[in-house]
Amino acid sequence: MSQASPFYTTDHETFRSQIRRFVEKECVPHIEAWEAAGELPRALHVQAAAAGLLGIGFPEEYGGAGVLDPFYLIVAMQELARAGSGGLIASLMSHGIASPPVMHVGTPEQKERFLRPVLEGRKIAALGITEPGGGSDVANLRTRAERNGSDYVVNGSKTFITSGMRADFITLAVRTGAAVLGGVSLLVVDTATPGFSRTPLDKMGWRCSDTATLYFDNCRIPATNLLGAENQGFMTIMRNFNSERIMLAAQAWAFGMVCYEDALEWARTRQTFGRPLITRQVIRHRLVDMKMALDAVKATLDITAWHVAQGAAPVADVCMLKNLATATLERVAGEAVQILGGAGYLRGIRVERIFRETKVLSIGGGASEVMKDLAARQMRY
Amino acid sequence: MKALVSVKRVVDYNVRIQVKPDGSGVATDGVKMSMNPFDEIAMEEAVRLKEKGVVSEIVAVTVGSAKCVETLRTALAFGADRAIHVVEEGEVQPLVAAKALVAVCGKENPDLFLLGKQAIDDDANQTGQMVAALLDRPQATFASKVEIAGTKATVTREVDAGLQTIEIDLPAVITVDLRLNEPRYLKLPDIMKAKRKPVENTTLGDLGVQAAGGLKIVKTASPAARSKGVMVKTVDELIAGLKNKGLL
Ligand SMILES: Cc1cc2nc3c(=O)[nH]c(=O)nc-3n(C[C@H](O)[C@H](O)[C@H](O)COP(=O)(O)OP(=O)(O)OC[C@H]3O[C@@H](n4cnc5c(N)ncnc54)[C@H](O)[C@@H]3O)c2cc1C
Repeated sequence: MSQASPFYTTDHETFRSQIRRFVEKECVPHIEAWEAAGELPRALHVQAAAAGLLGIGFPEEYGGAGVLDPFYLIVAMQELARAGSGGLIASLMSHGIASPPVMHVGTPEQKERFLRPVLEGRKIAALGITEPGGGSDVANLRTRAERNGSDYVVNGSKTFITSGMRADFITLAVRTGAAVLGGVSLLVVDTATPGFSRTPLDKMGWRCSDTATLYFDNCRIPATNLLGAENQGFMTIMRNFNSERIMLAAQAWAFGMVCYEDALEWARTRQTFGRPLITRQVIRHRLVDMKMALDAVKATLDITAWHVAQGAAPVADVCMLKNLATATLERVAGEAVQILGGAGYLRGIRVERIFRETKVLSIGGGASEVMKDLAARQMRY
Repeated sequence: MKALVSVKRVVDYNVRIQVKPDGSGVATDGVKMSMNPFDEIAMEEAVRLKEKGVVSEIVAVTVGSAKCVETLRTALAFGADRAIHVVEEGEVQPLVAAKALVAVCGKENPDLFLLGKQAIDDDANQTGQMVAALLDRPQATFASKVEIAGTKATVTREVDAGLQTIEIDLPAVITVDLRLNEPRYLKLPDIMKAKRKPVENTTLGDLGVQAAGGLKIVKTASPAARSKGVMVKTVDELIAGLKNKGLL
């Protein structure tokens, strides 16, 4: 913050202080209770909308902030991460992956119905891509939507869906055509539709985020809920993955910074053998290694976000960024727990939860193996 | 009705304050600066009065360095209609600030002048009172509730003995306390729109105010470090310890 950057202005800092206040006041005191409850209260979405958090990256005419600069979202991730809970970000911001397709290819009428209430915090949106049969192989998804009169009839199931238990709208990837890329469409499903049901999933981390398996049994969805053209959904999904992965990288970096800061603070105050830990070369060098790795992630994150903001779609860069960021978090979180010693193993300590929540970032939104393979193909290896 | 609100740029309340090695003051280089939290409350009150239709125009004012324009932008994002920046690169003591603000009042003729009860940097708690005295207008300090009806304001004040409610004639000076309201979150669109609102620059010289204050800061020092605590195992041990120190 103290160093000038070509990407961050005093406006970003003003915005940062607003989000920081929101996180300190409305989130931090309740994290443990939400983790125990397994979900976030709906009222939090309304508060987050009022704090200007939900609208970032969305158009002003539908209740968004109307500002497309991605660095505001990175600042928001950084401030949200200070609460030390990945589930908070995943679930409160699930519209960040569910709603861009509505924004990008939805009609004005669809935006009015599916975007505005979500940005106002009155409705919750989730993205349904992954299926029990497989997540990495998106082009092979099996949930079917058959056209029948003015409706689509949807059958199948989705799993690992963030905010899935509470969601009012699911941006659902369905097969409307042949078993290839070109047979995939996106439908918005209202969870009040008859034939829809869901069950919760119990997880290692992200415990305050309600993750669900969704079942569709002859759900009749009006064809007016189709986003974009039929069988043209794959490109929209891929575009969505690009921004999702940048934001996952931003989270990984931000949580890494929390780990680093907590480890540094601990090393400064903790006395062992009569001296502060930080005076030991092993520890101070480890802290420098952590910072060095995190700074490299941040530099890559900022420049990639900037390229995307200029209209580029650097798929390979985004894949590599996600892997760099999540692998760095895995390492840095492990180091932080180690530096805190037994205290780092205790529930209620930020680095403990972040450590438990490293894997989901290396798996969700595209697992690291799949990211590498995609990058290799993009670079024509 | 026109409201004038003064805002000050201070070291952010989250920052761990560091004294400069030479004792000449507090380090501010590369330190996060924000609007004084009490001034945010004053801004919020002005905006609420405008939303209620009591106030029709809000003018924000600051006295300080070129960088203080950031603080004015924050005030404009809150909802001030325009801003006045009295640019002064040197130190601004309460009496100098008060004289500058009085000069601005002379041009603006506000019906209501809202200030924070104090700024969290030097906690002087003087400017509002000085402004009222120099203007020879009523003042209500430490406000926790403000109601305006016609040309009168009813203000609940937080005083040592509890709460005191007074009625004052407008134009008046009101300094605000912590419990008056809870400032809103500034949203990105408002932060962006603030950039297009007018900020008028002036100087102490233009206003006919002398920059030098009457106070001299001799030295700034950190409070003495707390000595290491002692863990006691029993209440008896605690009582014995307190007696030992002559505290019981
Ligand atoms: C907490 C959580 C929340 C989630 N939220 C959502 C959500 O909101 N919406 C949504 O749609 N999905 C969500 N997901 C799903 C997530 O995107 C998938 O888990 C992920 O894409 C991987 O899919 P999979 O679990 O089916 O693993 P698989 O595809 O079965 O892969 C298993 C392992 O094999 C590797 N692998 C796969 N294919 C290859 C290959 N060809 N070569 C080498 N290795 C390979 C993978 O990298 C992985 O390590 C969430 C997941 C979690 C854990």
